[in-house]
Amino acid sequence: MALPIQIILTRQLAGYLSVPVFLVDSKGDLLFYNEPAEAILGRRFEETGAMPAEVWSSAFTPVDDQGQPVPPEDLPLMIALARQRPAYKRFYIQGMNGVRRQIEVAAIPIVGLQGEFLGAAALFWEIE
Amino acid sequence: MRITLFGTRGSVAAPGPETARYGGNTASVEVRGADGTVLVLDAGTGVRRLGAQLPPGLARVDILLTHLHMDHIQGLGFFGPLYHPGIQVHIWGPASSTLPLDARLSRYLSPPLFPVHLRDLPSITCHEVPRAPFEIGSFRIRTALVCHPNPTVGYRIEERGRVAVYLPDHEPALGLKDGQWLEPEWSSGYELAAGADLLIHDAQYTDEEYARCVGWGHSTYRHAFEFAARVGAKEVVLFHHDPSHDDEMLEHLLADAVRRFKPEFRVFGGCEGAVYEVGSSKAA
Repeated sequence: MALPIQIILTRQLAGYLSVPVFLVDSKGDLLFYNEPAEAILGRRFEETGAMPAEVWSSAFTPVDDQGQPVPPEDLPLMIALARQRPAYKRFYIQGMNGVRRQIEVAAIPIVGLQGEFLGAAALFWEIE
Repeated sequence: MRITLFGTRGSVAAPGPETARYGGNTASVEVRGADGTVLVLDAGTGVRRLGAQLPPGLARVDILLTHLHMDHIQGLGFFGPLYHPGIQVHIWGPASSTLPLDARLSRYLSPPLFPVHLRDLPSITCHEVPRAPFEIGSFRIRTALVCHPNPTVGYRIEERGRVAVYLPDHEPALGLKDGQWLEPEWSSGYELAAGADLLIHDAQYTDEEYARCVGWGHSTYRHAFEFAARVGAKEVVLFHHDPSHDDEMLEHLLADAVRRFKPEFRVFGGCEGAVYEVGSSKAA
């Protein structure tokens, strides 16, 4: 199944950024994350490959400042998917290599020229 | 399905004795169906002559625009059927998030750039191409947005099991690292062009020129050959020749590319006046 050109171009852009980028389709399934994201998520994309939404949304065990789990529906990328609007949040994740990091995430919906919803992208970075 | 090239040049018309063989008119291609249906792919300067050679008594003609860059619409105001009340002209083009197709075309087809308003022409209907396949006469048509600046579509045209694909302005190699192609679903235009009997594809630049023009939306000979091989095209017409490439240079580029890439498909340098019977391996 061919991907929309907007998704293809987003992946190509992500490949040329030092900002970590996580790209999902309109159902929330993971399509791609770039090399800077691999450093934070703890595994190369070539190793994980595409991932269903229900898998990646819990794979990184997101928790808030008090150590309470962040439910999937409160994650910025899930908000961008569900409400098709930008969203932002700061929280902790545990990478697939077991390393715990605090990150900030800004997620945006990807909407085509005729208003068709195509997916979403999360840009994130580690808080030192 | 018979395809005739009326304009093969890219960017700007380049008439003159040094371009007489390949032609100087910008993109315009006629596609004629078994039942007489006529499609016009793009309305560059070549569409003026195309319009003058349509069969008498034709009641409808459909112009399929890939995008609205000037080299693809400059001939539109000189397309004879626009002024003929007896012919319905349907103009199709990519959607925009801001203005409908007729409003965008009117930016050119209105004073001071053109003396006649689009709205004053008889029997014109504008359509934004649907995302789903659609039919015109005997043709089944699919479109997809492809990699080129500003909204640009490619067309896949099917009739009686034969497939022609038109990607005149296309940079599928944009962003590839070390020239390595991604999987098919991540390649612009792949699904549209898969298995084409005849693929008309952008081949504007040499490798050296492309290095200075990355992101301008065009391909090199290498890109066109590699893309055609990946999609399994059976015949390829190289198209959208750079206006600075004269006949001698185009002959050299084609011969050199065939020698380097040893394609398993037939390759033609797109010449004005060339005719292709799609799927029959005949070209005149």
